[in-house]
Parts: sequence; C-alpha cells; structure tokens
Amino acid sequence: MSTTDTALLTTPLNALHIELGARMVPFAGYSMPVQYPAGLMAEHHHTRKAAGLFDVSHMGQLRLVGPDAAAAFESLMPVDVIDLPVGKQRYGLLLTEEGTIIDDLMFFNKGNGEIFVIVNGACKVGDIAHIQSKIGSRCQVIPMPEMALLALQGPQAVTALSRLAPGVEKLVFMTGGNFTVNTGTQKIDVFLTRSGYTGEDGFEISVHNDHAEALARALLAQPEVKPIGLGARNSLRLEAGLCLYGNDIDTTTNPVEASLNWAMQKVRRAGGAREGGFPGATKILAALADSTGAGAPKGTRKRIGLIALERIPVRDHTELQDGAGNKIGEVTSGLLGPTIDKPVAMGYVDTAFSTLGTQVVAIVRGKPVPMEVSAMPFVPTRYYRG
Amino acid sequence: MTIKYTPDHEWLSVDGDTATVGITHHAQDALGDVVFVDLPEVGAAIDAKAVAGVVESVKAAADVYMPVTGTITEVNEALRADPSLANSDPLGSGWFFKVKLSAPAELDALMDETSYTAFSAAA
Repeated sequence: MSTTDTALLTTPLNALHIELGARMVPFAGYSMPVQYPAGLMAEHHHTRKAAGLFDVSHMGQLRLVGPDAAAAFESLMPVDVIDLPVGKQRYGLLLTEEGTIIDDLMFFNKGNGEIFVIVNGACKVGDIAHIQSKIGSRCQVIPMPEMALLALQGPQAVTALSRLAPGVEKLVFMTGGNFTVNTGTQKIDVFLTRSGYTGEDGFEISVHNDHAEALARALLAQPEVKPIGLGARNSLRLEAGLCLYGNDIDTTTNPVEASLNWAMQKVRRAGGAREGGFPGATKILAALADSTGAGAPKGTRKRIGLIALERIPVRDHTELQDGAGNKIGEVTSGLLGPTIDKPVAMGYVDTAFSTLGTQVVAIVRGKPVPMEVSAMPFVPTRYYRG
Repeated sequence: MTIKYTPDHEWLSVDGDTATVGITHHAQDALGDVVFVDLPEVGAAIDAKAVAGVVESVKAAADVYMPVTGTITEVNEALRADPSLANSDPLGSGWFFKVKLSAPAELDALMDETSYTAFSAAA
C-alpha cells in the first residue's frame, strides 16, 4: 500500500504517542507508534510479563443492525454467525467469489439484532464497501469512525483494568460487554471484549474518540501498564501463531491453505445444517474435503510454522527449498521471537512438506538455513477461560 | 587516531594502516534492538561500498558496507555472541570488524564527526 501521495491520518492518541517519545511510522494510512523509547524487545517482554497498552485505533469498527443482520453477515463468511450466543465474540473471514480471503475480522453478538465488527485498518474502506454492497439491503451497515480502539494485553491486564472497571475480571476469553471505566476524575463508557492479538490474556476496548486519551492515560497510570508499539505487536502475534493480513493471508490464499479450518464451523461445512451459501463455497468445501480426507492433492500448499535450527532470523519472502534445492514455498512472516528466543516464521509450503518435524531449507542471502516445521503457537497462549 | 563516518552510518577508527569498523549510534537507534549480525570472513578482500556484513533487529535487516577497500584482519566474536553490544556500546565494544587498508586515500572522501553529525541529523 502506498501512502506517499496522501497525508497520513492520525488516531486520537497521536499527541500522547509523541509526548511518550514514540517513533511514528506510516501504517495502514495512519501515523502509528512502532516503538516507544523502551524499544521493541523490552516492550515485547513487558507485555508477556505484565501489561501493555496498544493503540489500534486504525482498525475499522462497524455495526450491522437489523433482525436479518446475522443471517446476512453469515452469507459473506464460511463461519457460523447465526448461532453465536449474545455476549460472545468469534473470528471471521470475508471471502471473494474464489474463496480467497478479503480480510479476517472479529465479530461480537450484542443482541437485539446488532453485530459489532472489527476489521483490519488497511482493509476497512474496502471491507465496508464490500459489506454494504452485498448485504446493505438486508441490514444497516454503520461504520464507527467516531470510535477509537485500545488493547490492554498481558497477564496483569485484568488486574490493571479491573481496578478502574470492576466486573471485567468476570469475563472469559471471547466474551465482552459494556462497562464504565472510572479514571478517578471521570467515568468513561466503553465496550470491551476479553480478547487480543498477543496470545496473552487481555482486553480490546472500544471508546469514543473524545475519551480515548483520558482512558489511555488512566491505564498508563496503573503500575502494571506500559505503552507498546506496533513492532512488539507483530513479534507477539507471530509467537502466538496468529496471521497478519497482507503477509500471511490475502486474496491469493484460501482458508484451507491458510490452516484456518478451525474458523469454519461444522454447520457451514458439507453435511452441516447450513452447508455452503458463502462466497467461494464450492471451492472451499472441495478443498476442505480433500484436506480432511485421505491426503491433500498434489500441488496444494499449507500455512505452517517454522523454527530455524541456527540463530539466523528468516524474514518475510525468504524462499524455502527441500534438501535437493527445489523451491517448495516461501516465508510470509519471520523474525527472532523475543520470548522463545529463536528465529520463528510462518509460511506456505507444498503440503508434502507440511508435517510437523519436517526439515526444510530457507535461503537467507544465498546461504541455506535449516528450519523445522513446528507447531504453533510458538509460545503457549494464556487466554483466560474461567 | 582518526574517526571517520560513511553516508551508510558506519564509523571507522583509523590507527596506522588498520581501521576498526562499526555502526553509528544513529544507525543502531534507527534499527532498534539488534538481534543478529553476520560478519565477514577473516582474510576476505572486500572493495569499498561492497556488502561486508548484515545487522538485524527484530523489525529490520540492513547491510553493513565496507567503508574502504581492504582485507579483513579480525571480526568481533563478542558481538556475534551478543549482538545487543551494537546498541549498548556501538562505538566501543559493539565494533564489527577490523580492516587493513589497501587505499588509505579513500579515507579523505569520508566525513569527519562534524559533517556526520549534521548529515545524520538531516537524515
């Protein structure tokens, strides 16, 4: 994405980022903090041991409203939307007619025919247009540019947030609700979910732009909390085995190749009560049948995790080869994982090489680096499930 | 001893016909936490401006260029073992390699500290 000839947008926390000494970079059309003075490594470790505050206000928030909203939204995704209970959140995928991925997202059933959706910042304009054009006649599609989004992540996130918003500690992973945050000087209404993008326990907090800075300052005033930039967000999510849209999934990959079968509930699969009926269903259901049958057909590829056997970082777009020097795939995200303290990556390989423990070779600056196909997450997740 | 700087944010400290090479404070600050360095082979003859090594942080990788033509006489094994020295002491214990100069006159084209300070402030 080019941002060279358009002015960068800013989030409501822009002045705070600058005050905190953040290094700002263009990301998804916004000027965003890539790191604060503590640096990426310290920020990563702080999030894993205490609590980190992330500004993710560049992401798109929208509401789908109306009695037909769930059924309408379900027609865009290979996912069970209709049966998601009120008060719960789920991962979803918008698909092209070819069954490839337009975007990945989180949606939440607020009840009374209202679904709250969070999409990727770089995709939000396209996503909203897509949703509007496909289901705008069946429900209201209401973008929420007036809302900021903060993420508070880490094992002490609940301690810090429940001090200001009692009750949040009762939520379990992938649930949420409306809460009031008492900063001491004001009471701020928020909508939050117990979820995130780091593999840790934590919360994502939707708050009106006008109150975002006051909320952020109140959270940063808690002893557990430090500000965390996009750099650590990326290393945390990769260690957690979570896809980054644009790197690991895009409109050239389908959910089966992307190892996202878990996101496609049985009710939408072959033999399910609401089988198919989403864009690209014929292709996806055929790919699912192949992938869960006697063995994937030759020529298909699969997203896998990789750990390098030497201490050499293997980055995005690095070619992967078999032992004989044949190209078998490519790394889509890779870095030295600060917590696992090893070079980790995800990428796509020919399915013949996708079994755990398989050794492949990454070609880094012309030199072979051995890597082993490894289970993800690389670092155990610590979601709170009650 | 003279310290010289390149536009690629390497420094070199010249002592007779040998120079010690590293990356500048500005370079390590821009890269962030350094997690990996790739150093040249001792004995390698490398032309000025050719790639002599690599420095990587969690978020980025950058080539380290040969500031002057010469032969590598020593590399910093302590830096290979602990790449964070490039952040904590870039001008000291975080040095990368030593080079025997083939063409000392090349030094004249490099920046002195005053010029480099102005250059990196504008970068």
